[in-house]
Amino acid sequence: MGALSGTRVCDFTGQLAGAGATRLLAAFGAQVIRVEDPVREGRWDILRGMEPFADERRSVDLGGAFNNHNVEKLGVTINLRTERGRELLEELVRISDVVAENFAAGVLAKMGFPYERLCELRPDVIYVSNCGFGQRGPYREFKTWGPIVQACCGLTFTSGLPDLPPAGWGYSYMDHQGGNFMAIAILAALIHRQATGEGQWVDMSCTAAGASLLGPAVLDYTVNGRPARREGMPNSNRSQSPAMAPHGIYPALGDDEWVAIACRNDGDWAAAGAVFGEPWAGEPRFADLAGRLRHEDELDAHLAAWTHPRDKFTTAEALRSAGVPASAVQRPEERVEHDPGTSDWGLWPEVEHTAIGRVRVDGLPVHLSETDWQMARGAPCLGEHNDYVFGELLGMPRDEIASLREEGVL
Amino acid sequence: MSTGTGPLQGLRVLELAGEWCAFAGKLLGELGADVVLVEPRAGSPLRRHEPFAGDEPGVERSLWWWHYQSSKRGVALDLDDAGDAEQWRRLFGAVDVVVEGEAPGQLAALGLDHPTVRAGRPELIWVSITPFGRDNPRADEPATDLTLLAGGGPVWSCGYDDHTIAPVRGGGNQALHIAGLHAVAATLVAVLHQRAGGPGQHIDVSMHAAANVTTEAATYHWLVARETVQRQTGRHASHRPTQSLGAFDRDGRPVNTGFPPTQPAGFQAVLDWLQEAGLLEDFPDAVFLRLGIERGGVHLADIASDVEAQAIFGAARDALLLLASRLTGYEFFVGGQRRGLAVGVINAPEEVMEDPHFQATGFPTPVVYEDRGAPVLHAGSGLGFERTPWRISRRAPHLGEHDEEVLGRPFPGG
Repeated sequence: MGALSGTRVCDFTGQLAGAGATRLLAAFGAQVIRVEDPVREGRWDILRGMEPFADERRSVDLGGAFNNHNVEKLGVTINLRTERGRELLEELVRISDVVAENFAAGVLAKMGFPYERLCELRPDVIYVSNCGFGQRGPYREFKTWGPIVQACCGLTFTSGLPDLPPAGWGYSYMDHQGGNFMAIAILAALIHRQATGEGQWVDMSCTAAGASLLGPAVLDYTVNGRPARREGMPNSNRSQSPAMAPHGIYPALGDDEWVAIACRNDGDWAAAGAVFGEPWAGEPRFADLAGRLRHEDELDAHLAAWTHPRDKFTTAEALRSAGVPASAVQRPEERVEHDPGTSDWGLWPEVEHTAIGRVRVDGLPVHLSETDWQMARGAPCLGEHNDYVFGELLGMPRDEIASLREEGVL
Repeated sequence: MSTGTGPLQGLRVLELAGEWCAFAGKLLGELGADVVLVEPRAGSPLRRHEPFAGDEPGVERSLWWWHYQSSKRGVALDLDDAGDAEQWRRLFGAVDVVVEGEAPGQLAALGLDHPTVRAGRPELIWVSITPFGRDNPRADEPATDLTLLAGGGPVWSCGYDDHTIAPVRGGGNQALHIAGLHAVAATLVAVLHQRAGGPGQHIDVSMHAAANVTTEAATYHWLVARETVQRQTGRHASHRPTQSLGAFDRDGRPVNTGFPPTQPAGFQAVLDWLQEAGLLEDFPDAVFLRLGIERGGVHLADIASDVEAQAIFGAARDALLLLASRLTGYEFFVGGQRRGLAVGVINAPEEVMEDPHFQATGFPTPVVYEDRGAPVLHAGSGLGFERTPWRISRRAPHLGEHDEEVLGRPFPGG
């Protein structure tokens, strides 16, 4: 019994920006029922059937990313082009606390299920939509995916090195964070409903959510008139807010090996200097933050020359032992297989997927002392829980389910 | 219909000022919780975080503080002072949630940690947000946003095709936000459970674990197939190299061309756009776009083996590059999107605040500062609660601003 075991979610989410939200709810025990289209084999979610694969087999049930993002959920198929299919969805909405989706704006309404209709079916329904620019405003029709969200909201621009194009994030950071914001929207709306009995619609804009994560840079502009688009910026391996130096990612021994070092204050710098044991570390011009910032290029050159012939883990450990924040830039294998920060946390639970078999997935970075999360069941195969949901939950006889399947409704 | 108050109205939160938990407290406050921030009488060190208003350092001038501590009331208490510690005990006796990110052992030494206080307050929800979690062999290691993102995975995937250039930390102190969002979600789960009759609990948040599960393909390609992704300029890190689009607008600024179209409607949209921009004659490969329409589109899976599909897909990509090079980034973005093409403009944060859509939807959020002539515009939110709106309820507190109000008379109803 999880903390959310009394909550049922009718789930139209896909990819990660939506699926990540309901995944979190499912891990705490909510009954999340994914509704997928049998005609297109659920491929609205482009990750169904996409790599990585655990072995040589290929099908819509075997996508590794889809499994990762949909653990602990149930899956049903409903053909919403049919009248009977729409009736079934109506029945499902009636017994659901939450309807969640991340289609482009207006898509669910065009399918015949605008918020007003959902309310007729379930007066206290919580409806959370998550799309690129939200469902109102000049860009409401615009289509996005993670990299476009990040480009439009400022996150791509603010990640990079001087005199180079923006590096961006190298993955869909805002799919993760969009999913997290969406989960918070659902949970907060559930708390309001618990207190008042009222449901509501939460119209989430993923680009606005992304832009909300750059607050100090926004204030530097609105208060000081200083734009982020200026000479020498972005320079996101250095630290402007708060100001620190040295603060960077330096080369280490080996091919494409790096170590990150951050001196938060003069005390950290003195401690790091003792580890470096070089004359430059004691130069007066580097003694205080203002001096280190003034001579940051030379400072970084000294550090890079020192770190380059040394192992990244050894350097990081030596600095941390002196109380200075430092870390190897870890490869996936290093942080997954050899890091007690993840293994002792239980961060990579193994789930049982009906078709894939046993496979590890992302866990959650929280532990609750009384009602912790659990991930044991893999993502649903296409229509895997039709019998349970339509039979057990909606009370439909077994032969009717079979004939609906034959008629292409399920 | 809006009630004017947030969905967490009535939730009482006590936050011990600290870098790791500031964002979580802010979000709880913006969702309607009554958040009281406790900092030392000498002022939190976070008040010294750059940048400053007018570039003048000052205890009330940190823009970092203005942003992360808005929607909170503030009191000053020295927890190592017996009288102040007693005030702190009174305060947390009246709240639902405590949020803290103190260094290991700090609160235990004062007898103010969760294991010590839980017996008397079993319904209390206590949230710890720390670099490696309270219960981990690495718990004592020093860390910053940079070292957490470097050790936790995001940095490995971010940077440039040229791997002699250092990988990149994404900007904006995102390690705080990744952990903060997970902390808030877990807190709300605990609140729902407690209000349904369950006990309170401790929530242990590891920022390192949070970064580790915020790397998309980097982690699951390893977990599922033992494949290692490699960073690439301006696009997703991948276990096999993907093509660089290298698209720039007419001013030489990079733009995001999205994924080139593969369907007839997309090819037609590109053709129409070339026509309207007067570029059709400059683009002989338009013939392939017409072919793509006749063929009913191309399948990505065929591109490697089908020369014609390759030419069609390549023509769509090249047409977008040409259009981008003749337009401003903004014109390219709006022009493409109005034609149903998912393309983007690379905005700096200030350009977001000036953008017509963000302005029309009220993203720039005015906050009153009594000593300034006009309200200050803060970043808004993406959470459009229909009945219980997100809002910044007040500017960040001055040092000890609510001492009398809060310490004289703890929370209303508390």
